[in-house]
Amino acid sequence: MRGPDKNGHFGIYGGRYISETLMPAVIELEKAYKKWKVDKEFKEELKFYLQEYTGRPTPLYYAERLTKKLGGAKIYLKREDLCHTGAHKINNTIGQILLARRMGKKRIIAETGAGQHGVATATVAAMFGLECEVFMGSEDIERQKPNVFRMKLLGAKVTPVTSGSRTLKDAMNEALRDWVTNVYNTFYIIGTVAGPHPYPMLVRDFQSVIGKEARAQIQKQTGQLPDLLIACVGGGSNAIGLFHPFLNDDTVKMVGVEAGGHGLKGHFHAASISGGTPGVLHGNKTYLLQDRLGQIKETHSISAGLDYPGVGPEHAWLHDTGRVKYKAITDKEALAGFKTLTLTEGIIPALESSHAIAYAVKCAPKMKKSEIIIINLSGRGDKDLETVSKEFKFKL
Amino acid sequence: MAKVEKSTNTKKPGRLTTLFNRLKSRKRHALIPFISAGDPDMATTKELIYTLEKSGADIIELGIPFSDPMADGPTIQASYERALKKGATPGGVLKLVRNVRRHSEIPIVLFGYYNPILAYGLERFAKNAHASGVDGVLVVDLPPEEAADLKAALNAVGIDLIFLLTPTSDSSRMDRVARVGSGFIYFVSLTGVTGARVKLSNKIPSYVTKARRHTGLPVGVGFGISTPAQAAEVCKTADGVVVGSAIINIIANTRGKKRVLSEVGKFVSKLKEGVDRA
Repeated sequence: MRGPDKNGHFGIYGGRYISETLMPAVIELEKAYKKWKVDKEFKEELKFYLQEYTGRPTPLYYAERLTKKLGGAKIYLKREDLCHTGAHKINNTIGQILLARRMGKKRIIAETGAGQHGVATATVAAMFGLECEVFMGSEDIERQKPNVFRMKLLGAKVTPVTSGSRTLKDAMNEALRDWVTNVYNTFYIIGTVAGPHPYPMLVRDFQSVIGKEARAQIQKQTGQLPDLLIACVGGGSNAIGLFHPFLNDDTVKMVGVEAGGHGLKGHFHAASISGGTPGVLHGNKTYLLQDRLGQIKETHSISAGLDYPGVGPEHAWLHDTGRVKYKAITDKEALAGFKTLTLTEGIIPALESSHAIAYAVKCAPKMKKSEIIIINLSGRGDKDLETVSKEFKFKL
Repeated sequence: MAKVEKSTNTKKPGRLTTLFNRLKSRKRHALIPFISAGDPDMATTKELIYTLEKSGADIIELGIPFSDPMADGPTIQASYERALKKGATPGGVLKLVRNVRRHSEIPIVLFGYYNPILAYGLERFAKNAHASGVDGVLVVDLPPEEAADLKAALNAVGIDLIFLLTPTSDSSRMDRVARVGSGFIYFVSLTGVTGARVKLSNKIPSYVTKARRHTGLPVGVGFGISTPAQAAEVCKTADGVVVGSAIINIIANTRGKKRVLSEVGKFVSKLKEGVDRA
């Protein structure tokens, strides 16, 4: 199974639900990507920056103490937290900024939730000397202050968004409003596998380096393919990056872990697939957290990066076809996962990635010792220390 | 305002086409005010529609409130938030149109985002919109590529699906939009979101001229137009002009229903003078 089709559809999902003003821009981007992705020089340049600037390949680390503690399947961590800027987001921003340069765009905009994508965008914009503006919900600015400061240090303008729930969804609305206004000179670097076609495909392709490396590494280290892949899913870029190169390996099971917040029964979660219904937002058809009248709901997650009412259209499709299972992990479970990894392996994970850890804590003990799990450790937890210290009632 | 007979036979040209034909034969232009349905409440919106008509509006554009209006500036965003807080729903908007139709036959175009219409159900929406007396529908985030299902549902009941052209539209986009659109073409005067602007783009005449090479449909121009002088300027080349945020600002900043109605009426009368000067 392969997607998208030529109009950007993954089954009934995806597509291009945007204002006519932006249609020529996304068509231009699609054409540029088609041209450059097969260009030898582009590929070499991308490879160079991923290797020498980002620090790829990232290790696939056997988490022996965590494995022993859980007493089941062997657990490997794909260490995206070791990427420059501290998360997988930079794999995509490097790819997109190389496209932006070839398309002659002088100004870069981005939306950000946790600030990881904003930092990754501000970083590559600084490296290439391009003007950069990042839209961020005022609520997220409050809970992710270190990343706001990093973006500012990197020379980006951080614009607070005070509409709606003041989180990632509203930041994306505002970025789209900016793009429609400055469409001629501006390149919009979307950080997740959502938005109008070709973004879900483009971001997936740039993030697939995660899965390609992991697939080669696990075979080299163990001589076999993994039995289970686990990754957290907000929009779903780190998850699709890990999953995609394994989709044709029928024996490899995959679980995307959504933000269960306070639990799926109430409104305080951000699990779009587990708790949502299909609809249209931000340029694509996908699962959304919405009321029965089609108004988008406010979401909640302890991790700003998962606090989004939608999910990438390819995930929606992979869910419907049954190829990938989607499960929810609550704030509490994620915090416990955070603690477990920190204490057993000496690795402080991002709260987003802690959702994936927490799911492994649940399922690894039920699996055979000969079985193998790969968890995508999508980011490091430095940005979350303030949130976590409050939860653990620890004074910083 | 006479009581209106049951309207819109699917075989007859719709109210929009009839109106533009009539205006054309008289060398006049359409004034198209936009207001959000349900801001400040549905009862006031109904009276506002009557006021707009009395003050010279030719078509009413009625916004269906949405939680995430990506194509709108702060004025309409705030207006939608107020309307949603008061419980505005797509069903409520259709009911409002049905009520308006008891006393008015002014063409009404619903302007909105796709998700609430999708959630309502496309065929159900088309059927109920027709029964209520809606003449046209414009969905900002639904380009021709994704519009086949809604187009089919609306065609079946004789409601026009109106599409946007914009300053970024090249010839191939214009042809594509011209092929599927009906009623009129809504030309977006600028690259950007809705909202009053101090200055009008001087390129509007060339946009309209270019659009006319690709479509025989009437061309209305909107986004950023907020004064009678700007409306007059636009109508030198366009068949109609849409004014939204400037009216919504009056609604938002005026106290008391009576004064809202009279201030909006005065402003729209001036817009009408501008449109008629062109």
